[in-house]
Amino acid sequence: MRTALHLAILLLFPPLLPGVINRVKAAFAGRRGPPVLQLYFDLWKLLRKGAVYSVTTTWIFRAGPVVTLAALLVAALLLPFGGGLPAPAAFPGDVVLFAYLLGAGRFATVLAALDTGSSFEGMGASREVTFAALAEPALFLSIAGLALARGTLSWTAMLSGQMPAWHLYGPAFAMLIGALILVALAENSRIPFDDPNTHLELTMVHEVMVLDHSGPDFALILYGASIKLFLLGAIIVRLAFPFEASIRAHVALFLAGMIVFAVVVGLVESTFARLRMNRIPQILIAASVFAALAMAVILIRVNA
Amino acid sequence: MTNVALDIALVLALVLGVASLGTSRLGAAIRYFSMQAACVAMVPLLIETRSGELSVHAWILFVATMVLKVSGVPYFLNRSLREASVRTEIEPLIGFGTTLAIGAGLVALSFGLARQLPLPQKPASDLLIPIAFSLLMIGLLLIVSRTKAVTQVVGYLIMENGIFLFGLILIDVFPYLIEIGVLLDLFVAVFVMGIVIFHINRAFDHIDSHQLDSLKD
Repeated sequence: MRTALHLAILLLFPPLLPGVINRVKAAFAGRRGPPVLQLYFDLWKLLRKGAVYSVTTTWIFRAGPVVTLAALLVAALLLPFGGGLPAPAAFPGDVVLFAYLLGAGRFATVLAALDTGSSFEGMGASREVTFAALAEPALFLSIAGLALARGTLSWTAMLSGQMPAWHLYGPAFAMLIGALILVALAENSRIPFDDPNTHLELTMVHEVMVLDHSGPDFALILYGASIKLFLLGAIIVRLAFPFEASIRAHVALFLAGMIVFAVVVGLVESTFARLRMNRIPQILIAASVFAALAMAVILIRVNA
Repeated sequence: MTNVALDIALVLALVLGVASLGTSRLGAAIRYFSMQAACVAMVPLLIETRSGELSVHAWILFVATMVLKVSGVPYFLNRSLREASVRTEIEPLIGFGTTLAIGAGLVALSFGLARQLPLPQKPASDLLIPIAFSLLMIGLLLIVSRTKAVTQVVGYLIMENGIFLFGLILIDVFPYLIEIGVLLDLFVAVFVMGIVIFHINRAFDHIDSHQLDSLKD
């Protein structure tokens, strides 16, 4: 039952998040904005279309979106949603598998981009990998901090059940949330790092890599992107709302928390300017440093 | 028993110290220092809250720090910034990203070091000593890695905040002695540095202390 609910939320909920983000951005700009369900309509439209493949591409290009989405869905199976829905699969060390499944998904996208033979897409791939390499230490340090605080290496044990009291780890958890939000923004190419709406050659990062995908392939990519945002958001939301509740309240709290997360991302996108390309590594290093500080604070408390 | 407010003040002081390593704007560095000083100024009060009553001594300390460090020193620094008309650290000796990474390493080192240290009595918070050490290290790193005199002064002041925190271990034993020493020391140091910055600026039209390296005859 809980597993079914977990899967249902995983498959149906994520495309709502970009809709909420766009709505917030539109409200800030004084527009009405697209419907909240716009991404569902887009996905439905794209899935009914045919795909166009360049003659220079090989099977790698066709496999790219499928592998990416598959990797993200498997990663999602390792993550509990809020306190009430444990992950369908949990074992010690699944945090590492989770991080590398995200990496594998990115790898497939990058390979597909390189396979088109376009130097422009190669440039996008290079940028994406550079920033991802810098975001990864921040993600791993955050995971390590959490693992230390909970004394476990499994997402379900880490995030569900009784969360450790905030009066013991409060400042450290606040820093972890900060670092994870930066990672989530960078990994999902949101605004301070990359603009999802940009179509300007010089500044594109993520959008470059998917220029040649069309039809159902592009639908898979958009769907995968929303799931990735959802996954990183799920970790942050559980950390930020560590309450105890009944299962039904937990699910409601989780979904409400995800909407809040999307609104926060929308607020960040509306109020921050995009960073200069050479400032991005510095901010990602800062995220790693925050995570490392949080880990140091947790270490002191764990051994005390 | 942990004290949440004390934890937050200490960790915030640490975060602001690290933030000052990553910024290239001198004005921002001064602002971070000022906020950090405010956090540090609360610490004696928060320590005393834990034990029950607030002594006059803690209040004096709080007010003196607020007046001197939170408003006085930043005002002074901002003025010398205006007079020297500099805005940003243009070419640091070590890049901003690298400084941040080194800073994180130094913080880790301080946390490790603080655990080895035999102390006469248990400090009010287990974060007090590690964060005091971290601020010392961060200040020192700021002094050696930047070329502008103002940033170096900020580095010195952050070190000073660290020393202040460290002195708080002995707040019950030697209350006045340590604090008066610390505050006086700070006042004199900033006074001297302000004069130095002013004179560097007067003589050389900028406050890049590196130009002094090549003073030969």
